[in-house]
Amino acid sequence: MRPAKGSLELVCPAGTPAALDAAVAAGADTVYCGFNDETNARNFPGLNFSRVELGESIARAHARGCNVLVAINTFPRAGNVGLWHSAIADAEAAGADAVILADIGLLAHAREKHPDLRLHLSVQAAAANPDAIQFYVKQFDVERVVLPRVVTVEEIAAIHREIACETEVFVFGGLCVMAEGRCLLSSYATGKSPNMHGACSPAGAISYTEEGPNFVSRLGDFTINRVKKGEPAAYPTLCKGRFMIDGKASHVFEDPASLDASQLLPGLKAAGVKALKIEGRQRSRAYADAVVKAFRAAVDSLDRGLEIRAGALAALTEGGATTGGAYRKTWR
Amino acid sequence: MSTNQMKLVLGPVLFNWPNDIWSDFYARVADEMPVERVYIGEVVCSKREPFREQAMGDAVERLQRGGKEVVVSSLALVTLPRERHKVFATAQDWPGLVEANDVTAVAALAGRPFAVGPLVNVYNEGTLKALAGFGAKTVCLPPELPLTSIAVIATAAAGLGVETELFAFGRVPLAVSARCYHARIHGLHKDSCQFVCAQDLDGLNVDTLDGEKFLSVNGIQTMSQTYADFLADIPALKAAGVDALRLSPHSCDMVAVAKLYRAVMDGAHDGAEAAEALKALIGNAPISNGFLHAVPGARFQLRTQA
Repeated sequence: MRPAKGSLELVCPAGTPAALDAAVAAGADTVYCGFNDETNARNFPGLNFSRVELGESIARAHARGCNVLVAINTFPRAGNVGLWHSAIADAEAAGADAVILADIGLLAHAREKHPDLRLHLSVQAAAANPDAIQFYVKQFDVERVVLPRVVTVEEIAAIHREIACETEVFVFGGLCVMAEGRCLLSSYATGKSPNMHGACSPAGAISYTEEGPNFVSRLGDFTINRVKKGEPAAYPTLCKGRFMIDGKASHVFEDPASLDASQLLPGLKAAGVKALKIEGRQRSRAYADAVVKAFRAAVDSLDRGLEIRAGALAALTEGGATTGGAYRKTWR
Repeated sequence: MSTNQMKLVLGPVLFNWPNDIWSDFYARVADEMPVERVYIGEVVCSKREPFREQAMGDAVERLQRGGKEVVVSSLALVTLPRERHKVFATAQDWPGLVEANDVTAVAALAGRPFAVGPLVNVYNEGTLKALAGFGAKTVCLPPELPLTSIAVIATAAAGLGVETELFAFGRVPLAVSARCYHARIHGLHKDSCQFVCAQDLDGLNVDTLDGEKFLSVNGIQTMSQTYADFLADIPALKAAGVDALRLSPHSCDMVAVAKLYRAVMDGAHDGAEAAEALKALIGNAPISNGFLHAVPGARFQLRTQA
C-alpha cells in the first residue's frame, strides 16, 4: 500500500467516480469523497457518490493500492441523526479505510457501534491545539486529525510533541480564513448552513447582475463584490468579498487568494505531519488531475532531496494569487 | 418544562471595553439587573486578559454579593501555550461553573459540572448526550439553530437534567479566526495591534459596497451588525422547552434591556409595545431573528400564529 515508508501521504479530493479514477491515476495515495446528501461538507448539486458508486469506486481504488476516506463531516440535524448514522454504516460496508467526522455525538456513536472503523477528525471540528486533539483521541480513539488552517508550521511541530495521533494538513485549494466548522457567515446571509447543509456560499444563493459599467455579485440579500465589466471576478465566497468600513472599500477578511503550501512541504514534514490534503471535491477532473500531479512531483522531489518547483500551479489558483495562509505567522 | 419560569442570564462582554466602563457595567449588573446568572471573562482575545485581572476579581465579588450566580467564561479560539494554560488554570481554580467556548475547555472540565457556551457545536441530541456524559449542566445552543432543532434538543436536555439556553439579544457571534480583523483594517499586525479594538464598544461596522448594514468586527471575531431580538418569539421558545435566555452586553442601557425581556417573559408586557421600546434602546439598530425561523440569519420575521 502507498505511500512509501517515510513519505508524506497525498490525500486527494474526488467529487465523482471519474474524478476518483483520475486522482488515483495521477498519483494519489489516498482519495477522500462523500455521499450525495447533506452528510458531507461539499453538498453541491450533481456532486458526490451514491452507495453503489462508492462501493465500486473503493474496489477500483483498492485494486490500485489507493485508500479511500469518506467524509461525513456536517453536524447532524436534531431529530434526524439517523441519516448520518446510516452514512457511517454504509461507508464501513463499502470498505472505506476511514470516515472523517466532526460532530461529537457522531464520533461517540461511531466508536460505540463501529468499533473496528478507523476514525479521522475533520477540519470541521476545529481542533487547534494538543488538548483539544487529545480529547478526541482519548474519548473516541481518533487516529488522525485534520488540522485547522489557523495554525503555523511551528505550532504544528509543537502540537506533534504532545499528541498520540497522525495529522493531515491542507496544502492547496480554497482557504477558509475563519475557524472551520465554527463559521455562520454564509448561513447568516443565505439561510443555508455549511455546518448543517454542507455548502458555503451555495450557488443557489448567488446572483450576478450588470449595473452600468459594473458587474455585481450578490449572496442572498447582500452585495459581495462589484467589479468593472471584463475584470476577473472570483466566486463570491462571503469572506473573500469586498466590503465598506468607514466609507472605504476593501477585502476586509481575505483577498481572493488560494492556499499553496507546496514550498512549505519540507517544514511540514519535519514538523511531523503525516498526510497532505488537497481541497476541491467540487472542482473539475482536469483541475484535480493537474494539482495531484504537481503535488505528486513535489512529494517525490522531497523524498529524493530535490528542490520543489515553485509556482507550478499558479494558473489554477484564485485570481492567480496564492498565500501560505496561517502557516506563516505574518498572515495574521 | 414550559410551566417553569424562564431564566434570564447575561453573557460575557465580548468587546474590549476600557476597564472603567467594564467595571462600572458589572457594578450596575450586580445592583440593578434582573438576571439570575452572569457569565464573565474574556472570550475573544487572550491579549486583553492581563489588563482585566484586578477588575475581574472585584466584579466577581460584587456580582456574588448581588446574589448572581457567576460563571467564568473561557476563550473561544485556543492555540497558544499560555492560552491553553489559562483554560486549565480556570478549570482548576474556579469553584463554580466554567463555560467552555472551545473543546479545549471541555477537555479541561470533563468529569465535573460545567457550562457549554454558544461557540461549541451542539447541533443535535447525540452531542448533547455526549456532553452531558462529560458533565455539562447548561448548554447555550449555537445561534444558527432553527426552532425545530432547538425543541428536539431541549426535550432531550430536560431528560438529562441539562438546562438549555439561547443567545437572545445582541450582535450575534458568527465566526472566529486566527486573524485579527481590527488589526488588519488598521494596517497593523495581530502581534502589535495597539489594542485598536477598544475604540469600538459594540464592534466595527462592516457594510456592503451598496451600503447595506451587514457585519461587525470585534478583534478576531466577526459578528452580525443586526442585534438579535427574540422578544416576539418568547412564547414559542417557552413552548419549545428553552430554560433560559441570554443577553449579550452592549453599550446601550442593558439594565433596561433586561427589564424589558423579563417583563415580556413574565407576560407583563405586550410584545409589540416591547419591540418598539427595544428599538429605542438600541438606537434603531437593525434587528434579526432569522436563524430561529430557518431563513437567512440576518432577517427579522414575526412568527405566524399557530
